[in-house]
Amino acid sequence: MTEAADSIDFVQLLDQAGRRVEHQDFAYAGTDADIAARLRDMILARRIDSEATALQRKGELGLWPPMLGQEAAQIGSARASRMPDELIPSYREHGVAWCAGIDPIDLLSTFRGTSMACWPSRPKNFHLYSFVIGSQTLHAVGMAMGMQRDGLVGNEDPDANGAAVVYFGDGATSQGDVNEAFIFAASYAAPVVFFCQNNQYAISEPIALQSRIPLYRRAAGFGFPGVRVDGNDVLAVEAVTAWALDHARAGKGPVLVEAYTYRMGAHTTSDDPTKYRKAEEEAEWRAKDPIERVTTYLLNAGAIDQAWLDRVAVESEALAERLRAACVELPEPKLEDSWHQVYANTPDLLENQRTEYLAYQAAFEVN
Amino acid sequence: MNLTMAKALNAGLRRALGADPKVLLAGEDIGKLGGVFRVTEGLQAEFGPDRVVDSPLAEAGIVGTAVGLAMRGYRPVVEIQFDGFVYPAFDQIVSQVSRIRFRSGGQFGVPLVVRIPFGGGIGAIEHHSESPEAYFAHTPGLKVVTCSNPLDAYWMIQQAIADDDPVIFFEPKRRYHEKGEVDTDADDAPMSLYQARVVKPGTDATLIAYGPMVRTCVEAAIAADKEGRNLEVVDLRSLSPLDDATILASVRRTGRAIVVHEAVGTLGMGAEIAARIQAECFFELQAPVLRVTGYDLPYPPSRTEDGYLPDLDRVLDAVDRSLAY
Ligand SMILES: Cc1ncc(C[n+]2csc(CCOP(=O)(O)OP(=O)(O)O)c2C)c(N)n1
Ligand SMILES: [Mg+2]
Repeated sequence: MTEAADSIDFVQLLDQAGRRVEHQDFAYAGTDADIAARLRDMILARRIDSEATALQRKGELGLWPPMLGQEAAQIGSARASRMPDELIPSYREHGVAWCAGIDPIDLLSTFRGTSMACWPSRPKNFHLYSFVIGSQTLHAVGMAMGMQRDGLVGNEDPDANGAAVVYFGDGATSQGDVNEAFIFAASYAAPVVFFCQNNQYAISEPIALQSRIPLYRRAAGFGFPGVRVDGNDVLAVEAVTAWALDHARAGKGPVLVEAYTYRMGAHTTSDDPTKYRKAEEEAEWRAKDPIERVTTYLLNAGAIDQAWLDRVAVESEALAERLRAACVELPEPKLEDSWHQVYANTPDLLENQRTEYLAYQAAFEVN
Repeated sequence: MNLTMAKALNAGLRRALGADPKVLLAGEDIGKLGGVFRVTEGLQAEFGPDRVVDSPLAEAGIVGTAVGLAMRGYRPVVEIQFDGFVYPAFDQIVSQVSRIRFRSGGQFGVPLVVRIPFGGGIGAIEHHSESPEAYFAHTPGLKVVTCSNPLDAYWMIQQAIADDDPVIFFEPKRRYHEKGEVDTDADDAPMSLYQARVVKPGTDATLIAYGPMVRTCVEAAIAADKEGRNLEVVDLRSLSPLDDATILASVRRTGRAIVVHEAVGTLGMGAEIAARIQAECFFELQAPVLRVTGYDLPYPPSRTEDGYLPDLDRVLDAVDRSLAY
């Protein structure tokens, strides 16, 4: 007997109607003010995402992978982390980037083709986007191994401990790299939280093609705990990730968190989901919107009011406007800079090539 | 019929699937979606999910299972979604696909085709504009080919599938939407898969190119014509084996050779071709063999790719240098 990969059995603390629910193992530790802060994060992150999509449509970005629908999974998990945790994203983690204090314009730059992934990683330990599916999971385990050696794991003072959180998709779980990452992390009890956003699709391929059991249950086979959480419930995601992080930081080894969610938009702006999924399915998931349920809850609880929402709306429009203006002002990259970015010490071959390139360009300008 | 290269490949694959029940296609998103470039559009609907298979997201798995299928007599044609994602399958291709015939003393061959959209020029993000052909051409046991136009695409894919050896089939993605005449009713391919073609005859110098750069070189030759320089353009089509006879005959006629490719210069196809030319045509050469290639850089941010990629001007600049000897 196998449990279908899509049978829904997950940790939920806020249902889709915006009601708090009890769970035997997990509780949300924050206040309504914290929840309002999460709501603000989610609204702003969604606005960044929709503005980027719009900029791509206008031809200002080459491509954009929308995060739409995954706000709770990203904000909840990122807000559960703190320094010195390492956050290792895939390529859709715009909400995590937001929480890590990355200027969204730096994300736009990557997708405009004006830079590689050049945001300042170190201040908040938010790493490069990874476009080769699954590759970053091994790097995360290596970082966690480094943290073990740096004395950041298993200290009596929990605040002195850290762990790595690595993001990847449901599709990525089929890659050899991801499975090897599970093995290495388990063998060394490395402090890693494997945060899988199961958004039901890898481009056009449904989850059933990648897994015949719920993803979180794979962890058992590798010898560490796995938890499935309602990925559209920011309270549950934060609570579960906080637990997983504590587990890893304490030296008890890795945890797999499967955030069960939905990619409400296209895979990227180049994709056409009507070719492979039904409008009814999309509508069903729209009803589970991660932002709406929190808004409902907070309004009902009297923790926020319409004026609060209006203020956040103004703030998000201002943010979008700034991005719109800043995107077209992004400095054009110069190819000549690339030669100095390849090695710590540029070999003569590259230095000479660069000189020849500059001479060639200069000859053009004269003619 | 006037077809784009993507449609010509689609027609070639359809014909191969229809002609031989052992042919099967596999890859990420190739079924319902028809592939991200729509090269396999409609084929799953026509031939069913056993013949046109959506694969789990794992390139080593795609190629490794294709080896097993091939060893049982199937003729798998696998799609790697983008050039930069073939590397997870590199071990399978280089250590297994290429050597099964050798290791088994000829008991087993691997009649596998690995289709790879390659090259830049489409404004893509990282890992979507690579030109990794030299890695494969460097590996004994593999054949490596690339088409430059819809007619070749249509025939070459069928010839690659019919070949009993593994073929790495590079498709110049920026040319997918360029059109050309293809007679899909013709019975036979116009020429061998492993033959180069002189696409434009000339007398003053030979431009040697393949895949996406063939068109660039033809445009350069047309521009040069206006300045009274008569350039010959050779489309290699096959990178391994190389059609030495066609290459050397052309260079013997013109006395000058310029190899053009998008891939980085160091140890690229140009290096091998230049070595062969100088060894065989030393006394006929009027100038050293020159190369116009991508620079020795990882593929740069897309807003700088125009400066990175060889273009008409860089080709003509090399022609000037060659003719100045
Ligand atoms: C090694 C590799 N193979 C293929 C691709 C092309 N590709 C990009 S995203 C994607 C699907 C990823 O699905 P999933 O892991 O579920 O993440 P999601 O996009 O849903 O966030 C594929 C196949 C890639 N980037 N890397
Ligand atoms: Mg997914």
